Amino acid sequence: MKILVCMKQVPQKDAPLKLNEAGTWIREDVSYEVNEPDAFALEEALRQKEKHTGEVVVITAGPARASQVLREGLAKGADRAIHLEDNAFIGLDAHNTARAIAAVIKDEKFDLIFTGLQSDDYGYAQTGVILAEILGLPHATIIMQIEKNDAGIRVKRELEAGFFQFVDMPLPAVLTIQSGINKLRYATLIGIKQAKTKPMRKVTLAEVQSAMGDNLQKIEKLYVPVKSKKTEFLEGPAAEVARKLVDKLKNELRVI
Amino acid sequence: MDTILVIVEQREGKLNRVSWETIAAGQAIAAQTGWTLEAAVVGAGVSAIASDVAAKKLAKVYDIESPRLEPYTPDAFVHALKEFLGKHPAKLVLMPHTYQVRDFVPSLATALQTTAISDVIGVKYESGKLLFTRQMFQGKFVADVSFAGSGPCFVTFQNGSFRADKVEAGTGAAPVETVQVEIPDSVVRNKPQEVFKEAKQAVDLTQAEIIVSVGRGIKEQKNIELAKQLADALGGELAASRPICDNGWLPMDRQVGSSGQTVAPKLYLALGISGAIQHIVGMKGARSIVAINKDSEAPIFEIADYAVVGNLFDIVPPLIEEVKKAKG
Repeated sequence: MKILVCMKQVPQKDAPLKLNEAGTWIREDVSYEVNEPDAFALEEALRQKEKHTGEVVVITAGPARASQVLREGLAKGADRAIHLEDNAFIGLDAHNTARAIAAVIKDEKFDLIFTGLQSDDYGYAQTGVILAEILGLPHATIIMQIEKNDAGIRVKRELEAGFFQFVDMPLPAVLTIQSGINKLRYATLIGIKQAKTKPMRKVTLAEVQSAMGDNLQKIEKLYVPVKSKKTEFLEGPAAEVARKLVDKLKNELRVI
Repeated sequence: MDTILVIVEQREGKLNRVSWETIAAGQAIAAQTGWTLEAAVVGAGVSAIASDVAAKKLAKVYDIESPRLEPYTPDAFVHALKEFLGKHPAKLVLMPHTYQVRDFVPSLATALQTTAISDVIGVKYESGKLLFTRQMFQGKFVADVSFAGSGPCFVTFQNGSFRADKVEAGTGAAPVETVQVEIPDSVVRNKPQEVFKEAKQAVDLTQAEIIVSVGRGIKEQKNIELAKQLADALGGELAASRPICDNGWLPMDRQVGSSGQTVAPKLYLALGISGAIQHIVGMKGARSIVAINKDSEAPIFEIADYAVVGNLFDIVPPLIEEVKKAKG
């Protein structure tokens, strides 16, 4: 199976984020990491390849720093990487991100295309599904299991409130992968070494721009949420905080 | 006049109650803009739902029908709604941000060469322009987003952003129009099987009055015991955010959030939970929220009544002792 994994670099989970001066985006001087569900998508692709043979290709759209997620992917076992490299890719809506990726890979004939179910920065939860629509492929979202069979694949979709559903679908297909579908591997030293010799194709904005259009949604303003609730911060040494909190639980919230 | 269309969600012939919140959102936008508000239900034999919805203050309700719309598939829904919206143009199409909607709306918007503003928590109407507020960076920031296309603009609302009990009833029943759509066999590529639950749930967190919940901040499986002791001291249930259950440190039936249970206890005590949106939607209905987290910028503090910025491993042991003392 030939599998494409779309990956995104996002700010680290507990990185303190600051707004830029225009109040339209965050300041870029933070630590970054792989978007969590994308890491699970990569792991799933590697496992499918180990079972059925084939090729795993990782792709990202982002500035130069984003090549780090591709190098990590190669170190874990992906065969090659594609980097749509430009600062402009940070500000794309899901539609244009999907169009840019589609323009690069449309002739590659992948059997499966994976994305994480959503990103930790924008949180659109749309890029994978839009990609399927552009490529004319069937899709399924929030996937927790993938089994290949003679007719195609059987996937397990996560629904809400603890429900699941198996769906049979033909190949090629696009799947958005849920965190926790598998156990992540670490890159080995050999893997990290080998990654340096694996192909990494750079694609410029100019090469895909004709496939893209204007963003259809625009962030007018990014800001710290206005609190709707009054939060009381309890401070002091641990023992004192514990006493204060129990006082609140007993006398204010009346749960003790 | 411009039209706002709310598409309510039904699963296996039952209305998903979160749809009332979307109707409340639609009524709020209609009141501000003066646009016409209509609703639609999509399915096979769902006229009873259309009648229920028609009791609300709406100009019209459409019952979009085809045998191929049951069971749900993204292909059939996209086909039906693309055809419907081609004949009944709307400026805004509103839906709840459910897993089902997430599964087909990006396709539908793309097929209509437009966009979906997803997971919206609020709407503003400022000098003739609609701004949709959505969370970004896992709730650390919010953004006001405008629509730059020619429409229709799809908007999906996060659970709990509007109040279902604020929905206005109509003075009389709104007219219901049944719309039959043709969906050729070849359109539907996926073959869904029965919906099922993984295992019988051992605990029903929805009934718990006190919940002590752990997140990534608990660090290791062996530390879960500490949270368990606190839950026991308080007479509450132990719960967790998704990563804890993914790691197998607690069973899936103790997971709170969009993919787990939605709870509304008297007290929700969050230990080392940062408060990602997917978790918040499962517990923001709690009557009171106490959060202990070492990151002072954790989004969980936005919704906490009482907050402690600090190391949970320092605070929880004396807290257990104090709770025991207070209980005598």
